[in-house]
Amino acid sequence: MALSSIDFTKPLPAFEGDRVIQFREALREAMSEEMRKDDRVFLMGEEVAYYNGAYKVSQGMLEEFGPQRIIDSPISENGFAGLAVGAAMYGLRPIIEFMSWSFSLVAADQLLNNVPKMLYMSGGQWGCPVVFRGNNGAGGQLGSTHSWTVEAMYANVPGLKIAIPSCPFDAKGLLKTAIVDDDPVFFLESERMLGDKAHVPAEPYYIPFGKAALRRGTWSGERDSDVTLVSFGRPVNFCVEAADELAKDGVACDVLDMRTVRPLDIDSIIESLKRTNRIVVVDQCWPFASVASEVITQVCERAFDYLDHQPVRVNTDDVPTPYAKNLESEYLPHKGKIVRAVRSVLAGR
Amino acid sequence: MMSTTPAPINPSSSAPAGEGLYAITSSRVHMPGQNGNGTAKREAGKPRPSDALPNATLIKWLRDMILIREFENRCAQAYQQAKIGGFCHLYIGQEALAVGTINSLNHDDPIVTAYRDHGHALARGMSARACMAEMFGKSAGCAKGKGGSMHMFDKPNWNFGGHGIVGAQTPLGAGLAFAAKYELEVMKRSVDGGPAKKKVALAYLGDGALNQGALHEAMNLAGLWGLPVIFVVENNRYSMGTAIERGTTMAHDLKQKAVAYGMEGVHIDGMDIRNIYDEFKPLVDRCRENSRPAFVDLLTYRYQGHSMSDPQKYRAKDEVEMFKSRDSIALLEQHLLTERKCVTEADVDKIVAECKAIAADSADFAESAPIPAAEELFSDVYAEIVPNLSPAATYVHGEKNPLL
Ligand SMILES: Cc1ncc(C[n+]2csc(CCOP(=O)(O)OP(=O)(O)O)c2C)c(N)n1
Ligand SMILES: [Mg+2]
Repeated sequence: MALSSIDFTKPLPAFEGDRVIQFREALREAMSEEMRKDDRVFLMGEEVAYYNGAYKVSQGMLEEFGPQRIIDSPISENGFAGLAVGAAMYGLRPIIEFMSWSFSLVAADQLLNNVPKMLYMSGGQWGCPVVFRGNNGAGGQLGSTHSWTVEAMYANVPGLKIAIPSCPFDAKGLLKTAIVDDDPVFFLESERMLGDKAHVPAEPYYIPFGKAALRRGTWSGERDSDVTLVSFGRPVNFCVEAADELAKDGVACDVLDMRTVRPLDIDSIIESLKRTNRIVVVDQCWPFASVASEVITQVCERAFDYLDHQPVRVNTDDVPTPYAKNLESEYLPHKGKIVRAVRSVLAGR
Repeated sequence: MMSTTPAPINPSSSAPAGEGLYAITSSRVHMPGQNGNGTAKREAGKPRPSDALPNATLIKWLRDMILIREFENRCAQAYQQAKIGGFCHLYIGQEALAVGTINSLNHDDPIVTAYRDHGHALARGMSARACMAEMFGKSAGCAKGKGGSMHMFDKPNWNFGGHGIVGAQTPLGAGLAFAAKYELEVMKRSVDGGPAKKKVALAYLGDGALNQGALHEAMNLAGLWGLPVIFVVENNRYSMGTAIERGTTMAHDLKQKAVAYGMEGVHIDGMDIRNIYDEFKPLVDRCRENSRPAFVDLLTYRYQGHSMSDPQKYRAKDEVEMFKSRDSIALLEQHLLTERKCVTEADVDKIVAECKAIAADSADFAESAPIPAAEELFSDVYAEIVPNLSPAATYVHGEKNPLL
């Protein structure tokens, strides 16, 4: 099954409902459903089988699919990332779990040289349909080696698709799409969100890449929002918190959840910006050459005349991730920083 | 006619690692066959497996080896004429290795190799035209001119590519074996829908790649999971200018590396193609049958520099001459002329002339082939193109690959 066989014109099922499950269960459902449909799909990673997943994402999957499809690998990220490349070229559809994207760095050569470029280097003979997934981002007091947010770094490379869900609904729908996509997908989850609970529809659904979701605000036309807030992954939730707080003061925000950063739904950003004329981009990478920088560059390139204030970015602070709880909390692009940024772009209005 | 009588090689002292470091003399060259390994193990008079092969098979090997050499000579010329850009690593001297190992496989056994890859491509059946056109950066090349010398890919011939990063192809080899085992044991059919078979994957690597972590991770995974992959070390004794003893522990007995990963390790004289077949083919059969990995130290030699820009100050002339005196093409030619008596010198001359013509034709073809269309810059980046993948590029689906 390829992406092209999915009818993305069909509307997605309702976001609200009462089938409330955890983020990790949504991920598990996505993998299990695709594995039942396609025996070329397998899951490999550290502790995914007998340990039931370091973060219990794959709990119970060993029982259903057996040790030949739910495969515990030794701690050899470069080895099993490269193994996945070979297996994908041969015709399988690997899902590779990184316990943390922080550990993907020891597999950087496979991830940066082979995965994205195989199709090009081979003149179209072989692509590399692998899903690499795992935890990304700070927040668990894990210190600087374990708290990487990798999207800025990997998004620089052509040939990759990068999905970053912010909620259980998206986690399932985006991961199912990632698994059937013939291109390599880097799927960035957050250990901080795995226990988040929300409605996830029972019926199968696939969320298209490159289509943002509006989490707050309305385009129904009653009144345009005051500011466009753009984010992806966990900080979308910080944006929602900020928007709810600002709403109390009568400030309306469009909160756009990008869902994927490559492709990047710049069209929806600009559509919102044309109504608000003010934009704040919230990103849990460091600021220099970040996804936020990219969004702002594209906004300036495409919608400069619509800006009533210079675009503002909220990133993690530009330092290694600290351990101390208070320092780490401050380091993140948290609600307080977002509220301040929104007020700054509204000042003097 | 390129035959000389093979001369013996100085036996090696089984030097422990570190001894005589930096001493790059021919006396340090360790050849199997003279110290109880490889060829000499065979009892005198006992028939060799290759003896059972028909004359036509060995003549085909000779032809394949000569084609590689003539092709590489033509590459060197084209490189000097600046028709070929970038790096270009020639296979001259190592021909027996690719031809001997590939002819120990079935056609649908997958292989993957490093950047010194023209020989494997040709031995696996890529046309000289597609190979040369790739180096000339033409759309008729195997990678539509997007890969270059180091990236010879050939899907119809199960050649999963030449790879530029030292050692990075070895986990891919484990992955090919994993997939073959998976389709056999889990899917119980091939990924294309046909019946699954027992397969063996070959992952070629240079001796320099012995020191890369990727190899050791790949070997551990292969040993652990019983993946039918053979790690074939093309031990030409040098990684660029670094003699193997200067970079690798246990250089005098590399097969010990296999022990640590629970796989069979074999040391083979790679200058004699019959010997390669005699030793390598049974190993392939064992790995296939038992779904096991193996590690092979195949001793070979490159006659030219590392790449086209190497003055070769790091090795002695007599060392090069010594290996040339056991040239693989000359060895097989001698066997066919004097032992099998199945070819005449005129036959050999004819083969050489034909191969020279194929090589020349490939260069003419590559020269006159069209350059890639400008749009091809933006094709083959994504298989499934959706809007907004790039702020600047508009990706397209390009021309079909000429090999497909
Ligand atoms: C990771 C990496 N480091 C360095 C290089 C540069 N380099 C290319 S070939 C080479 C020597 C490799 O020697 P070996 O593996 O013995 O192969 P041979 O050239 O003898 O075929 C080096 C250092 C590279 N391509 N990749
Ligand atoms: Mg070498």
